[in-house]
Amino acid sequence: MGISRLEERFETLKSEERAGLITFTTAGDPDYNTSLNILNGLPKAGADIIELGMPFSDPMADGPAIQAASIRALKNKMTMAKTLEMVKTFRKNDTTTPIILMGYYNPIYIYGVDRFLENALNAGVDGLIIVDLPPEEDSELAVPANAADMAMIHLATPTTNTKRLDNILRNASGFLYYVTIAGVTGSAKSDLSPVKAALSEFRRSSDIPIAVGFGIKSPSDTSRFAEFAEAVVVGSAIVDIIESNIDEHGLAISTMESKVLSFVSELAAGVKSAKR
Amino acid sequence: MDKKKVNSYRTGPDEEGHFGIFGGRYVAETLMPLILEVEKTYRDAKIDPSFKQEFQELLKEYVGRPNPLYYAKRFTEHLGGAKVYFKREELNHTGAHKINNCVGQILLARRMGKTRIIAETGAGQHGVATATVCALFGMPCVVYMGAKDIERQKPNVFRMKLLGAEVIPVTSGSQSLKDSMNEALRDWVTNVTDTFYIIGTAAGPHPYPELVRDFQCVIGNEARSQILEKEGRLPDSLIACVGGGSNAIGLFHPFLDDDVDIYAVEAAGHGIDTDKHAASLSGGAPGVLHGNRTYLLMDDDGQILEAHSISAGLDYPGIGPEHSHLHDIGRVNYVPVTDKEALEAFRLCTKLEGIIPALESAHAIAYVMKLAPTLQKDHIMIMGLSGRGDKDIYTVAEALGEDI
Repeated sequence: MGISRLEERFETLKSEERAGLITFTTAGDPDYNTSLNILNGLPKAGADIIELGMPFSDPMADGPAIQAASIRALKNKMTMAKTLEMVKTFRKNDTTTPIILMGYYNPIYIYGVDRFLENALNAGVDGLIIVDLPPEEDSELAVPANAADMAMIHLATPTTNTKRLDNILRNASGFLYYVTIAGVTGSAKSDLSPVKAALSEFRRSSDIPIAVGFGIKSPSDTSRFAEFAEAVVVGSAIVDIIESNIDEHGLAISTMESKVLSFVSELAAGVKSAKR
Repeated sequence: MDKKKVNSYRTGPDEEGHFGIFGGRYVAETLMPLILEVEKTYRDAKIDPSFKQEFQELLKEYVGRPNPLYYAKRFTEHLGGAKVYFKREELNHTGAHKINNCVGQILLARRMGKTRIIAETGAGQHGVATATVCALFGMPCVVYMGAKDIERQKPNVFRMKLLGAEVIPVTSGSQSLKDSMNEALRDWVTNVTDTFYIIGTAAGPHPYPELVRDFQCVIGNEARSQILEKEGRLPDSLIACVGGGSNAIGLFHPFLDDDVDIYAVEAAGHGIDTDKHAASLSGGAPGVLHGNRTYLLMDDDGQILEAHSISAGLDYPGIGPEHSHLHDIGRVNYVPVTDKEALEAFRLCTKLEGIIPALESAHAIAYVMKLAPTLQKDHIMIMGLSGRGDKDIYTVAEALGEDI
């Protein structure tokens, strides 16, 4: 499916005249089975698009919450192969919710770019967000990904000027991910008005859907940003709930899954309540 | 090694920052405009005579350059082979080669109008050098240092504090150099407008490997004219230790196109056949980390492994991208030396020459001890003595089982 599953989802959202909710969790956090159960429950809880983190030992663009999630997953022997297996299992019951893998380039580079694209598409992955691949390095992954119909989601940030935006959009597909603050994931709350201004500026150059993320933590946040973005991403706030529902042995407390999913429902309600 | 294949080994990197397949700019989008600005500023500075003049004046009056190319007579006689010279970087202000680069980078930071400096440090030498130039230029300085390194390098931590720097312990991951670099990058991405990141080694995203090398080339340029003056000819071989590899590339680069054998010594920790070493060329594979493609220590799934070396300054699972390239094309020989061999070299150099070397430099000395005895007496060898070992006496005492 790849790019087309994302396109269909954004079409649906458009026809429903609302923004989408994108949730982020790390594959294998805190363990494979709990992580899979959460993944399976996300669409019903209200996630329109799912971002799944590929754990990495050195997540230098992430704040403490997502760093810790990576460490938990790796400690429990999560691998790239298992991440793809998890997506494959999810796809048995859900063929409409787009899944995007987010992470860093090295694990993909070591897996082998062509082999990765083939296996990820076969597993049911639709797009990629690779934090340490700016447009200057598009030839590494973005070009072959697009050629294989895997969406290559590019990031734009408060430091992105109009000239850079053209570079970013050249190989961008799926949607544009606007990072609302200069910082790492899970940083302080972002202000609404500069984000709004940046998005209207970007829309003069392109009609690609725009998702906003970083520093968006609560249902009221998702509601405010959903007024003008095509999708709203929440990550660290969800991962925080996973972290606070782990017992002293590092195991998931039995109520973790329901707590995570009910928080996602609240975030989804926030998105749906937005005035557009 | 076929040296006739290319016209020059000194032309890299290309415009995109590549040395062969290595290097590049693998950073978050937030940092890209800033990295491009660093590059532009460096290009302008490179051709600005006033920048060059200020840099050279600071190296002369503040760092104390040129430092000697010293004939290590007793060491040479003891080994009974090649004639060994030490390039005495340990005599620089702050006690290591690190200051050369810091002087250059803080001039760039000022040129860009940045008002706050961040740095990562392993052994603390780069942290001290950065804190020093920040004191000199009156800029606030934040140094990220692994909690494990803070423990084993207490004197340097206190030095940095005296110099006015804030030392932030890094408790994530292996709590050493790679994690400090992650944390510095996180700081930079959060403070893009006012902050300049003084990277301590010839690694990271383009243009850092190039500009750090250029600032460190003062080592090789001096050594070259000094040996011509003393011996009337170029040396037969060069030896230096490599972690990230800034002192090595600084010594080697001016000689790359000459008929000189070059050896770079990696930290083999407990041995490269164990899982406790820091020899990314001898025991790693190409990967992408900290803004560049280079040889890395990692597992089959691309997860970066913790490095180990008795020397905190070499305790990094990667290496500068130009070294990876020089390794692949065979221009430089990368050889391993273990903790134990480095300790022996540390003791021998101290006893014979009255010079206490840094544990990093002791790795280079250990390889000289292997190589020099196999060579003729007319073989001239220059070894980069990159730093002094006062900071390491606690580590050495512990390794020797002695209480201080």
